[in-house]
Amino acid sequence: MKAATLFEELAAILPPANFKFIEEEMRPYECDGLSMYRALPKCVVLPENEAQIADILRICHAHRVSVVARGAGTGLSGGAMPDPNSVLLSTAKMMRVLSVDPLACIAVVQPGVRNLAISETVAHHGLYYAPDPSSQIACSIGGNVAENSGGVHCLKYGLTIHNVRKLRVVLMTGDIVTIGGDGLDSPGYDLLALMIGSEGLLGIVTEVTVKLTPKPQLAVVAMASFATVEAAGAAVGDIIAAGVIPAGLEMMDRIATRAVEDFVHAGYDCEAAAILLCESDGTPEEVADEIARVSEVLRKAGATDIKVSKNEAERLRYWSGRKNAFPASGRISPDYYCMDGTIPRAQLPRVLNEIAVLSEKYGLRCANVFHAGDGNLHPLIMFDANVPGELQRAEDFGADILELCVEVGGTITGEHGVGIEKINQMCVQFSPKELTRMHDIKHAFDEHALLNPGKAVPTLHRCAEFGKMKVSQGKPMPFADLPRF
Amino acid sequence: MIEAWQSQIKAAAAKGDKLAIVGSSASALPAVSTIDTRQHSGIVEYEPNELVIVVRCGTPLATVEKTMADAGQMLAFEPPYFGAESTIGGVVATGLSGPRRPYAGSVRDFVLGTKIIDGKGDHLSFGGKVMKNVAGFDVSRLITGSMGTLGVITEIAFKCLPLPKAQQTRVFDLNAADAIDKMNRWYGQAHPVTATTWVGGRLYVRLAGAAPAVKTAVEKLGGEALENDAAWWADWREQKHAFFAGETPLHRMSCKSTAPPLDDAEQAIDWGGAQRWIRAPLHDGAKARYWAKQFGGFATTQSAGSARQFSTEGLDPALLDVHAKIKASFDPYSVFPGLEKSPLLQAGEG
Repeated sequence: MKAATLFEELAAILPPANFKFIEEEMRPYECDGLSMYRALPKCVVLPENEAQIADILRICHAHRVSVVARGAGTGLSGGAMPDPNSVLLSTAKMMRVLSVDPLACIAVVQPGVRNLAISETVAHHGLYYAPDPSSQIACSIGGNVAENSGGVHCLKYGLTIHNVRKLRVVLMTGDIVTIGGDGLDSPGYDLLALMIGSEGLLGIVTEVTVKLTPKPQLAVVAMASFATVEAAGAAVGDIIAAGVIPAGLEMMDRIATRAVEDFVHAGYDCEAAAILLCESDGTPEEVADEIARVSEVLRKAGATDIKVSKNEAERLRYWSGRKNAFPASGRISPDYYCMDGTIPRAQLPRVLNEIAVLSEKYGLRCANVFHAGDGNLHPLIMFDANVPGELQRAEDFGADILELCVEVGGTITGEHGVGIEKINQMCVQFSPKELTRMHDIKHAFDEHALLNPGKAVPTLHRCAEFGKMKVSQGKPMPFADLPRF
Repeated sequence: MIEAWQSQIKAAAAKGDKLAIVGSSASALPAVSTIDTRQHSGIVEYEPNELVIVVRCGTPLATVEKTMADAGQMLAFEPPYFGAESTIGGVVATGLSGPRRPYAGSVRDFVLGTKIIDGKGDHLSFGGKVMKNVAGFDVSRLITGSMGTLGVITEIAFKCLPLPKAQQTRVFDLNAADAIDKMNRWYGQAHPVTATTWVGGRLYVRLAGAAPAVKTAVEKLGGEALENDAAWWADWREQKHAFFAGETPLHRMSCKSTAPPLDDAEQAIDWGGAQRWIRAPLHDGAKARYWAKQFGGFATTQSAGSARQFSTEGLDPALLDVHAKIKASFDPYSVFPGLEKSPLLQAGEG
C-alpha cells in the first residue's frame, strides 16, 4: 500500500520514460564499476532538473524511503550500488553546461556532465578542468564531487576539492542550498569540504561551479627504467627532493608493463622491474629546464634507460599504457580487482614486498600501478570468479592490502571512495568515537539517514561484528553476502 | 599535555563552564579558564621527500616556516602572522591565507589531517599524513577555520611545496577597473603569477617559480621592477601597509574575482580580484555586505592585523541548522565559546 503511494507520487512528477520499476529496465543500474556487488533497486528515477530532484527527495523523505544517487556508474567502490529498499536516482539526464566565464576561469555545470566534456567545452578559451581520473571520458562531475576524484595530475593540480568553488545541493528534506561561493571563501564552517567526497550521504548535487585552469603551453614526459622496484621508488623521492613537483609522476611494475605492452604497444621497457613516467608542463623554457633536472636525478638514481617524449603523439602514447592498465589486466585475467590504498612513499618498498608475499599466499597474481608522486597505490589483483573460492581469496587479499596501508601510516582509499567495498576497513582506520562524529555529521544533513544508507561510514554494530571476525582469523565472514545496513 | 587538557575539558563540561583556547594572542571570548596551546609544541615529523610536515598546535609559525625553508620548502598558502609569536594551531583555527591564496590554495587545501580534543574531551584523529585520502568525511578540513568552536586542535599534518627558485615583482600604473581586468586575464594565461594586489593606483604582480618561466613572464607582462619586493609582500600580508593604517574601520569583501570596483571608495583589491578591502565608517558595513552578496560573496568588518570574526551571515536557514547540529555533536555542553549563542543560529533552529 505504502509502496503504491510512493510510486504514484513519483509517477505524477516524472515523465513515464524517466521512471523505471520493471526488472529488465532496472538491470543496467544494478551495479557500478565494482560489478561484483549487485542489487536491484526499488525503482529508478531519472530527473531532468533540480525541481524534480527536490520533489523526489521530498516524497521519499515523507515516505521514509532511502535514496541512492548515481552519476555515470563508473565508480570502483560500489558507492552507487542500489539497495532493494531504495530509490535509485540517476543524474544522467542533467548534462548541460550552464555557463562558462572564461575571464573569471569558472564554469557552472549540471552533475551529469562528463569530466572530459568540461575540458572540451572550454578548450577554445585555452582552459581546461584539471582533475583527470582515468575514467574521465565517461565519469560525471557529480560523481567526481561525491568521490573527491583525483587523477594522474593531482599532485600539482589538486583533487576535486581543490577545483570546485560552489555547489547547489538538494538536502533530503527537499531544501535547496548553496554551499561555497563565487569568492575564494565563504561564511561558516567549510561545508564544501564535507560535501566533496561525501559519497552521496549528505545531499544531491544539482549544480557544480568548477575552477578552470589555463592549459600549459607544452607538456613532455620522461620515461625511465629501473632494475629494481626499490630504486624506482627511491627515484621518486629524489625528484621531489630536487624541488620539482611534476605534473604527473607514475610508476608501474613489470607485471603491469607487460600486460599493457601487449595491449596498447606504448613502447614500455618490459625487461625493467619498474618504470617511471614523469611529466613536466609549462612554458617551453620551464619544461626544458625541468626535464633536464629530472633526467639528471633519474640518472643518478640508477635509471637503466631514459626516454623523453619528442612530440605530443609520443607523449600520449607513453600515457596510453598507464591509462589502459586496468583494461589490460582484464585482458590477461578473466577478472581483476583494483585496490586504492595510499601510503607514505618511503614505505613503498616494504608495501610492495608484502604484497608480493600476499600474492604468493593467496595464489593470485597482482600487478602494481602507482600514482607515485602522491603515494596512491593501485594493486590489481587478478582472479577468475568462475573458479570456486577465487573471488573470496581476491577480496581477502585486497582487505589485507588495505589494512597494511593503514598499518604503515596510510589510508584505505586515496580516490575511489569507501562505498560498500571498504566499509569494514573503515573500522580499522577510525575509532568508534571518530565514526560516531561522522554519523553525527551525516545526521546533521540527513536526519533519518535516508541518503545512500550503509555506505562509506560503517555502523559501530557492523564494526563490532567485523572485529569479532578479525579475532577468529582466516575463516570467511558468516553470511558474507548478506547486507548489513 | 593531551590528558591534562582532556580532564580540563571534561571538568568544564560537567560544571557548564566555558574554556577559551588561546595561542599567542588572548581570546576576546568570555570564558572561565583557558587552554594555552603553546604548552603543546614541537615538530612531530618532517619528511621533505614526502612533502609532509606534522606539527603540534603550539609550535610557533616562525619555527615551522624556518624548518621548512631550511629544507627548501614552504607552507604555500602563505599565512599571515599578525604577531611574531603566532602559532600554527592559530593559523589552522582561523583559516587565514595570504597573498598566494588564489594561485596555490588556502589553508584547508594544504591540511592533510588534524587531531582534536572535542567538547566531550575525546581525542580524535581525522584525515592523515598522505596526499590523497577519501576515507570518511573530510573532518580535518571542517575543523580548519572553525575558530575553535568545535574543539582544541592538537596536531596538524600539512602538505608542503618547494620554495620557488626565482621571484620578481612587477608594478603597473593602472586604474582599479583595468587592474581587475589584468588580474583575471593573466590568471587565465598560465603565467607564474603568485600574488596580485592593487593599491594606491598601482597593480603589484608577483612572479615566482622556475627562473626561465619568471624571465619569460617579465618580458611578456612588462611593468617596472619592485625593489626589495619580499618585504613589500610581507608588509601587505601582515596588514602593515599604509592602506591599513589609521582608525577608519576596515571592511573585507570576498567576491567573484571579476566584480567591478566600488565607486568612490577607499579600496584595495587583492587575491586576483577575489578579496577587496574598504576603509569606511562602520555604518557602511551593511553596504559592503549588500555589495559582496551581489557578487557571490560576503563581507565582514574587522581590525587591521588580526583574524576576522567567525561569521555565518547570509547562510541558508537549512545550513544554519546543519551548523548547529555539527556544533552540538562536537561540543554538546558548549565548552568552547562561539556559534552556540548566535541569534542567527537560533533563528535557524526554529
